[in-house]
Amino acid sequence: MFARSPVAVCGLVLLVAILLVSLIGPLVYVADPFDIVAAPLSPPFSEGALLGSDQQGRDVLTGLIYGGRATLTVGAAAALISVVIGITIGAVAGYFGGTVDEALMRFTEFFQVLPSLLFAMVLVTLFSPTLTTVVLAIGVVSWPGTARLTRAEFLKIKQYDFVAAELAIGARRGRIMWKVILPNALPPLVVSATLAVGAAILFEASLSFLGLGDPNRMSWGLMIGSSRSYMLSSWWAVTFPGLMIFLTVLAVSLIGDGLNDALNPKLRERR
Amino acid sequence: MSAPLVSVRDLKVHFARPNLNPLKPRETVRAVDGVSFDVEKGTTLGIVGESGSGKTTVARGLLRLVPVTSGRIAIGGTDVTALGGEEMRRMRRRMQYVFQDPYSSLNPRVRAGAIVRSPLDVLGIGTPAEREARVAELFAAVGLRPESQGLFPHQFSGGQRQRINIARALAPAPDLLVCDEPVSALDVAIRAQILNLLQQLKRRLGITYVFISHDMAVVKHVADEVAVMYLGQIVERAPRTAFFARPLHPYSVALMSAVPTVRGGRERANRRIRLTGDPPSPIDPPPGCRFAARCPAAEPACRQTMPELRELVPGQWVRCHRVEVVGEVIRRPLG
Repeated sequence: MFARSPVAVCGLVLLVAILLVSLIGPLVYVADPFDIVAAPLSPPFSEGALLGSDQQGRDVLTGLIYGGRATLTVGAAAALISVVIGITIGAVAGYFGGTVDEALMRFTEFFQVLPSLLFAMVLVTLFSPTLTTVVLAIGVVSWPGTARLTRAEFLKIKQYDFVAAELAIGARRGRIMWKVILPNALPPLVVSATLAVGAAILFEASLSFLGLGDPNRMSWGLMIGSSRSYMLSSWWAVTFPGLMIFLTVLAVSLIGDGLNDALNPKLRERR
Repeated sequence: MSAPLVSVRDLKVHFARPNLNPLKPRETVRAVDGVSFDVEKGTTLGIVGESGSGKTTVARGLLRLVPVTSGRIAIGGTDVTALGGEEMRRMRRRMQYVFQDPYSSLNPRVRAGAIVRSPLDVLGIGTPAEREARVAELFAAVGLRPESQGLFPHQFSGGQRQRINIARALAPAPDLLVCDEPVSALDVAIRAQILNLLQQLKRRLGITYVFISHDMAVVKHVADEVAVMYLGQIVERAPRTAFFARPLHPYSVALMSAVPTVRGGRERANRRIRLTGDPPSPIDPPPGCRFAARCPAAEPACRQTMPELRELVPGQWVRCHRVEVVGEVIRRPLG
């Protein structure tokens, strides 16, 4: 079903291409993205800098190839953390209901009402901005959506008779929550997790743009952030990393959309 | 006769409604309000009543699938309302439930074989090899092909799904099977097959049934004893033959008269007792007889005091002021 959607396939092809460049690129094309290779702000097609260089004379193309690792790692790891926290809190709230649900939902709302970018900035500045703290900060501020979605699915699915049937055969709470309800709640969560990867990549770019990324790791966000003052005179230093972020998030979103269509039984029947 | 397998005394299941106004007292829905009955081993108790009468809640309360507010439920002499989590889990071996809806009661992501095996896995019965053998035996017992073990629920028809449901309930070899309208979601031909299957299991394995239904014809077919529920209470309890020969409570009479028949024609149709209106709300039931507002035979006194469930004839219990025994003759207000 997924394979039949041309949009989703485009997204998948795009993402695989980006992954290949980011994972294998640095192995094939060995260079230091922080090396000065050309005159500062050389335009594209200059000697030694195919896509131009930034204000410190660093090669933009090398930055693109090496920066993908950090960006994609942060995206995937932060999305994973956010999904794990979100599913755990949402599942417990939805399954137990009552006071537990009330308490956990107020806690979730506390995170929801805080402007997440500001909150992440505070977290990153409190600790030193390394890849790990950036990942944790993004994960910690972006779980409420997943928690609410998981809670809603649990509230719905726990009403079904097959959950009562588990009670009737003497199943313990852990089995009912994680082996019976969760697998049935997964389709929307898979979609949400995919979209969370895209959101986390944008988040990382935003933090790096504001100068709160890991300064020792080349990333697309860092490239945009460090060259932002020269945006009007030297477009290439920000446009190419920006394009990479755009394409990556687009690819992930297309896959998310495709998964949504493929996992949604109502749409499945219509086709 | 030995002690009954199931003995229920004054069972109450009340639900608190969500309270939006903290100044008002919380309203409670009295879904089941003082139900008592016994079921002898190897017999079937049929519980009938209209939608909202509390039949399903009684069934779920029996197996503690809903929290029991008060009362005593003894299964084979053990009071299950007093059991803690782990003891209750062990008790579930002896009592199982067949659900009404064969569609929502099977986990759509689990294969049929694994569904039937799940009680054995969860309760830790037998070795893996023994469990496999037991599943194969159960598939044969309920008339499913052995190779269908690998299929998912949506690949079965409604009748086959109900067979899976029954096989799952039979897996731990329970003494008591509570069936909540197991055939009401099935079409007529399949209905007969499933009812015959349940009858056959009863004869072969000596299973005791509590059988919930709103269909008088089904109850007549399967039950040894009949209990009629109205608004959370039993209004009449009697052996099947006595009940179907001569229902005593006006509500039972009305229910029986509502059964569609081919014979009898217009004359019979004209004599039919038509109940108007709906049952009162279980949130704040009226003080007197709960059926009084709809009862064609109600007198002012009926609205004042709640009638007790009285044993008028040995084995036949009625909750109605107007049914009387005069000498050897029973006078019933309707019918």
